[in-house]
Formats: sequence, C-alpha cells, structure tokens
Amino acid sequence: MTTRSMDAPDTRNLLDHTAQGVIGKPLDRPDGPAKVTGRATYAAEHDIPNCAEGVLVLASISKGEVLGFDEEEVLALPGVIAVISDERMIARSAQGGANEAPVQKVRNVEYFGQPIALVVAETGPQAQHAAERLKVRYRVEDRDNVAINPDEAKAEPHKEPTIQGDIDHAMKEAAHAVDLTYTTQGQVSAAMEMHASIAEWDGHTLTAHSSLQMLNYNINELADALDLEPERVRLISRYVGGGFGSKLGIAAELVAASVAAIELGRPVRVVMTRRQVFECVIRRSETEQRLRLGTDADGRLTAFGHEARVSNLPGEKFAEPVTQASKFLYAGHNRKLAINLARIHRVTAGSVRAPGEAVGMQALEAAMDELANAVGIDPVELRLRNIPERHPTMDIPYSSRKLAECLHVAAERFGWDGSDRRPAQRREGDWWIGTGMASAARVHNLANAQARVTLQADGTAIVASDMTDIGTGTYTVLRQIAAEMLGLDPENVLVRLGDTDFPPGPGSGGSHGAASTGSAVQLACETIRDRLVERLGCKPDELTLKDGFATCGNRRAAYPDLLQGADIEEIGKFEVGKIKGQYSTAMYGAFFTEVAVNAWSGETRVRRMTGAFGIGRALNEKTALSQCIGGMAWGIGQALTEQLMFDRRDGHIVNPDLAEYHVPVNLDVPDLDAVLVEERDPAASPLQAKGVGELGICGAGGAICNAIYHATGVRVRDFPITPDKLIAQLPDV
Amino acid sequence: MPQTNRSLTINGDTYEFSGDPRTSLLDFLRRDCGLTGTKKGCDHGQCGSCTVIVNGQRINSCLSLAVMHDGDAITTIEGLGTPDDLSPLQAAFVKHDAYQCGYCTPGQICSAQAMLEEAKAGWPSFVSDDLDGEVKLTREEISERMSGNICRCAAYSNIVEAILETMEAGE
Repeated sequence: MTTRSMDAPDTRNLLDHTAQGVIGKPLDRPDGPAKVTGRATYAAEHDIPNCAEGVLVLASISKGEVLGFDEEEVLALPGVIAVISDERMIARSAQGGANEAPVQKVRNVEYFGQPIALVVAETGPQAQHAAERLKVRYRVEDRDNVAINPDEAKAEPHKEPTIQGDIDHAMKEAAHAVDLTYTTQGQVSAAMEMHASIAEWDGHTLTAHSSLQMLNYNINELADALDLEPERVRLISRYVGGGFGSKLGIAAELVAASVAAIELGRPVRVVMTRRQVFECVIRRSETEQRLRLGTDADGRLTAFGHEARVSNLPGEKFAEPVTQASKFLYAGHNRKLAINLARIHRVTAGSVRAPGEAVGMQALEAAMDELANAVGIDPVELRLRNIPERHPTMDIPYSSRKLAECLHVAAERFGWDGSDRRPAQRREGDWWIGTGMASAARVHNLANAQARVTLQADGTAIVASDMTDIGTGTYTVLRQIAAEMLGLDPENVLVRLGDTDFPPGPGSGGSHGAASTGSAVQLACETIRDRLVERLGCKPDELTLKDGFATCGNRRAAYPDLLQGADIEEIGKFEVGKIKGQYSTAMYGAFFTEVAVNAWSGETRVRRMTGAFGIGRALNEKTALSQCIGGMAWGIGQALTEQLMFDRRDGHIVNPDLAEYHVPVNLDVPDLDAVLVEERDPAASPLQAKGVGELGICGAGGAICNAIYHATGVRVRDFPITPDKLIAQLPDV
Repeated sequence: MPQTNRSLTINGDTYEFSGDPRTSLLDFLRRDCGLTGTKKGCDHGQCGSCTVIVNGQRINSCLSLAVMHDGDAITTIEGLGTPDDLSPLQAAFVKHDAYQCGYCTPGQICSAQAMLEEAKAGWPSFVSDDLDGEVKLTREEISERMSGNICRCAAYSNIVEAILETMEAGE
C-alpha cells in the first residue's frame, strides 16, 4: 500500500505528461452495453434461491406510539410468514456519511410515514396484501403538542452564523440595495430505482445487495443497527439506479430485510413502493431565505446578507446548508450569513443533489438579478464586478476559478444582449418571451479514498474499489485514469466497484467521488510505474508507457515480457492532508436561458438553455457533460414544477408519487447546450479535477426565474413558479 | 386462490403463466421469467420504466396483468439486442450517452422502438400540426412522444439525439 497525503497543490499534473492520450476523451461507458440491453443487474434483481418477500408498513399518524399489531389476522392469510417490528429496525434514513445507525425506535412514531413493521410472505402480492391489511394500534399524541409545519416551530440557530462588519449600517449607506425574501418548497431525489435490498444470513455474515451510494459508511451504519461487527457485513451495489442523495445513508428497507433474514433464516427481499420512497426516505427541506444585498454607486457589493430558515426532525444534525456558496462567491465586506433550524415532525430532511447550493444559489441568483435591475446594469456585469480577490471572510486565496470565463463563454454561445433589460417587451403570439442568466457555484469536496490496481501478467489491468457508479460515470473515468497512467487501451482495463470486499472510498456524494477515488487509482498506478522502473533499471522520468509497452531509454518491452507471469498489485491510499482550508476551492459556471410564458395560462416553457462550467480537468468529456445537462434539467424542475405538498393537519405528503410530484419529462427540457471550460486545478486533487455531479443545478432555477421576470415583468419569489403564482399578475395583452 | 393457465410468447419463446392472478405482467417478467431488464420505477404507470412491446405496441407492463396476455407476442429489452449485438437504437443510446444510471433505459429503448413505428403509421401527437398525413419526427415530436418515460438523470437531450440518429440511419 502506498499512502499519500495531499498537503499542498499537486503541480506535477501527471495526467498531462503521460503518453496514452485517453484521459478526458469522450469515450463510451463500459457499462453501456449491459445497461441498454437490460443485462445490468440492480439490487432487487439478483436471483437468490428461496428468497422471501417483505413489504414495509408505515405509520399513519404523525406522532405517538405503536401499542401493537393484530398479527393473527394477516398471519392467517396465504403465504404470510411473519410480521416483524424489531428494535434493530430503523425509523429514519441515515444521513450522508453518518457512519452509525440512525434512530431505531420504530414503535416510537415521530412522523407520518415512519416505518414501523415489516410483513414477510412467500410472494410479493401476498406480502403487499397483508401489509395493507395489518391493523395497528396507536397511542396518538395530541396535535396541539406536535409541530408539523415550519411556522409552528421556533427556529434555532444552527452552527455559528458568519457576522462581519455591520450589515445593517451598510444597507442604510448603500447606493443601491435590495432586501428580499425568497421561499422554496420541499423536494425529493426521486431516483428511478426505488430503494431495494436483498439480505442473506449464513449464521455468521450478513450479505446484502442494496441500492446505495456510499458503501464505506453504509457498512458501519448497517453493522451498528444490527449490532454486528462490520467484518460480518458485506454490501454489494454494482449498479445503482440513481441516488441524488437519497441513497447516501442506509434506509429502512435494508435493515428490515436484514433483520428478517436473520430471524427467518432465509433470504429476504424488500423493495419500497414509490409512495414509501417519498414518505420515509429523505426530503430536501423547504427554505425561507432573506437576502440583503447592497452596493456602491458602481454596483460593487458592500453588504451581503443571506439568512435562511430550514427544518428537520428533532435530533437530526443535518440542516440544509443554504448559504454554502454565499460564503465565497461574491464580495461585500459587511456580511451576515445564518441558518436557522425549525424542529418539525415531517419525514427526515437530508441531502438531495447539491444540498445547500441547489436552493441557496437559486434564490441568491434571483436576488442578484433584482439587484442588477436596481443598479441599472447588465446582470452579467454585476457578477463580474463582484468576483472577490480573496475569500471575503477567511482571507484565503482561491484556487483555480473560472467564473468570469464561464460567464463570457456562455453569454457568447447564447447570444446574450444585456444592454436593455426592460421586462415584458417581447411577445410571440400567446407567449411572452424573456431571457435570464445566473452564475453557478458549488463547493469542492475531497475525501480519503483507497483503490487497488492490478497490472496482470497478461498486460491487462483491474481496478477495484467499493466506490459506486450511480450513473455518474465512475466505471468510465476510473478506467480512463488507470489506462492513462499505465499506458493501456481502456478496453484492457476492467473496473470493479460497489462491493465492501474491495478497498474503501468515500462513495458517491457531494461530487467528491471521482476526484477522491480517482486520486487513489492514480496513486496505485504511480507505484506500479515505480515497480516497472525498477525492473527496467532506468530513471522514473525516462519511463513511457503506451499501448501496453514500457519504454525506457532504448529498452522497450511488452508488459507480459516484463512481468514474467507475475501480477503487480498495489493499493493507493489517498488522504486529504493539509491542503484542506488553504484555498477556497469550488466549481463555477454560468447559465443563460430563454423562456416563453403563456399570456393566458401562465404556463412557462424553457425554450433554450446554455451552461458553461469549470470543473477542473474533465476526466471524460461525454459523461461530464451528461452530468451538466442532468443538473440543468433539475434546475428546470426546481424552478417550475417540483414541490412536496404536506397536509398541514398531520404532515402526510399529499403528492407522494410521480403523477403528482412533477419531475421534468422529455418535452419539458429543451435541447440543452452545455460546454466545459478548459481548467486544471492543482489544489483540487492530484488529478487536477473537481466535481461535476451537482454543479449543473446550482443556480439554474434562478436563471429561469430571472427569465420569467424579463418575459413578463412578474417577479415570483416562491419556487416553484407554477402558473397560479403568475397568472393574476401577467400584463395585459 | 383461482389458478389460470395462460401462454405468452416473450422474445420468441413460450412461457406458461399459472400463478396468482394479481401478478402484473411486469412482476411476471421480472420474477417468474427472470427477465429483469424490464424495470419497476413506480408500479403505477407514471414513469414508463416498465415499457414493453405487446403485439407491436408499447405498454406499461405494470398496469397490465399477466393473465390478460394469453397468446400475445411480447418483446422486452432482452429481445431487442445483446451486449455483443446491439440493436441500432441500443448502439445509438451508448454512443450519445442517452442514459446515466441506466434504470429507465430499457423502458426508453422499448418505448422509442415502438414510437418510431407509430410515427411511420401516421399517428399524430399533441404537438403535431395536423391530425392527418405523414408524420415528420422533429426533435419536438420525439420529445413529446417520449414524455411517458421519465429519466431522472435527465439524459433527455441525448435520448432525442440517439433516436434522431437511429431514425435517420433507417431512412
């Protein structure tokens, strides 16, 4: 094993000095043929003999206690094996990176939809029928004692606010200022594959196929819940049908299946229904955000305030970090940034794609548009004038930052004309037409990771890690990193992921997977290169690896000849060292969009959208751009349609399915135009790469809000901007 | 429990169904036939992940019971191509990165396969200019006709590209 700690920017930039020439290339995904032919096997699809089927039972009260179940009635139904309500089962999903079991007291009900039991039967329909028939006896808490809606709870400060200078005074003194309140409604990940697990118990080890993002944490969460040593747990997630945060931590179905498998001595499969995924996994908190922005006469920020109220269940540590990008994106000496957390009894709030920036940037970028109108300058120019020299609070330098380039590149591609921003000037038939823009920003995360690389005697290589590919392209980019470093055709590199038997990494979350695990792969490959140098007897800088041949000085050898029948296997252990905190490191970008708003119905259609992004080195241009357009489409959903609706009486979700919670469909999304700005960031990772999975959403909804204002003159400050919020205010035709 | 014997032709092979009559065609394919390429994304006809082709037409297999398909010819994703011998649509999906997590992908491809035939047969859509005559599959027409298949990774732009290219190559 080779360990390397990143204590300073890695300026070696190895991947620009290797010979294979495959890094960054838009290669097809190696997992593509399996996925497009239906041969990729997801968690619920493993053919396990004698597997029983379990269906979760969720609480139909908002707070109280389960006193008991009328089990006899359902146990008498055909095929029903057991009703399990066990103290090991979990009542909430684990937060991302929790590394320990979440709240387990399933009989102590804290929210409507909390898992309380599992019904196991021989077949799925039998289990489903019995679960629906199971009568539950409750003690129901008096509604007057239960805060269900955010306005029923007092919000307490979450962590120390950022307070610098005197924002109240600066707002008074500002030549131009806006003081605005934006709200966003709750959202969900809605990954296409519903949470699913199959658990097997051999009397000693629990093995589970499950749909998870971060196995290295998940194994400890499950082991803790079951009170087993982690060594007695194995998790497998080779294909994951989307995660977007909802599968960061373990969810109720995994632990329920595991408990049932242990108790019944046979494998048990539990697949949540779509409704259950909505009701008991993770929501993104609704937010109320106050933005105070003040500038001098030239539009240079002197006051920057961003204060948010979010919510979560009692006891949860997570609070949607709404102000995350506000800490570093724009200037302004006098600052106040704060998060206040209301404790309410709704399903657990946690990470949904780009926690923080997804909603924080959406509101900030809309407020910046209002500020640009107040100052009377092009909103692009307002942003360019407020790119700080150094981090406005921490006084540290930025690492590579391509915000200005992205603004210029995207504006050019889009054909932006910021000279006349008067609203409601352009109409085509029944439609008001407008344009809008926003910056994109998302903090860069990096984590400790290990990966094993084996250069096999036959001249092919295998990469192994417990890292997951949730659609992000991990199989693709790790293959390219190893191929580049080892001088191999990517076809000769096999990547094996999603198994806790492999070396641990941080998993997929927070856009940190590729840079972290990729750096471990690179490190393992560096050590293999050193071994080759030893065998060739030359200097490291003389070594060239290409197409399966090692060349050193005048020696050239094919790998099978060099390896003489013996594999070289190395584990790279990458650690985030002292680099953390030295620089403000983030991904940046810009969005430009054109919308049409129906003059009669208030319906908004996004007609075109351009995004330019700086993500450090792109490891594969094709998969990186796919992440970008996916994020932009999420921005459309956030801006226009996506909202969880809670019944104010008991907190149950009124729209817990894909018919009533409206994610964008094909016709809602125009032909998205995304482009990457060339960048290397030596402070971000040894690969010079940052993250890309979340950036495309961070600010996209703000650009749409701004375009709607430009089209109609109506500023809606409550997302999503549904027709009912527009229709009464639309200008006369 | 009433038992009902049915015979279905799936990807050219004959399968007998005699199970619980509550079994959806989707669960029959996934659990009893081992054809897990057809996906369950909602079980309520809302997402399109379970799209299969029955007698030439695309349906949501979660909204249909296995017992209803005696004598029907069903094509699932497994019947369109194999990893070593991709169908033109499957190859185009790989080339254009028209998927990410891959979970909705079999449904997208089955849906697109049948959709191309619907257009050839002159079926109009919500965005067609008129209800009669030849259908020209523009980008907008394809988007509308594929809007029954949700892709949360939102590879929509690339899905349309893949379908356009397949269509043009087939002309």
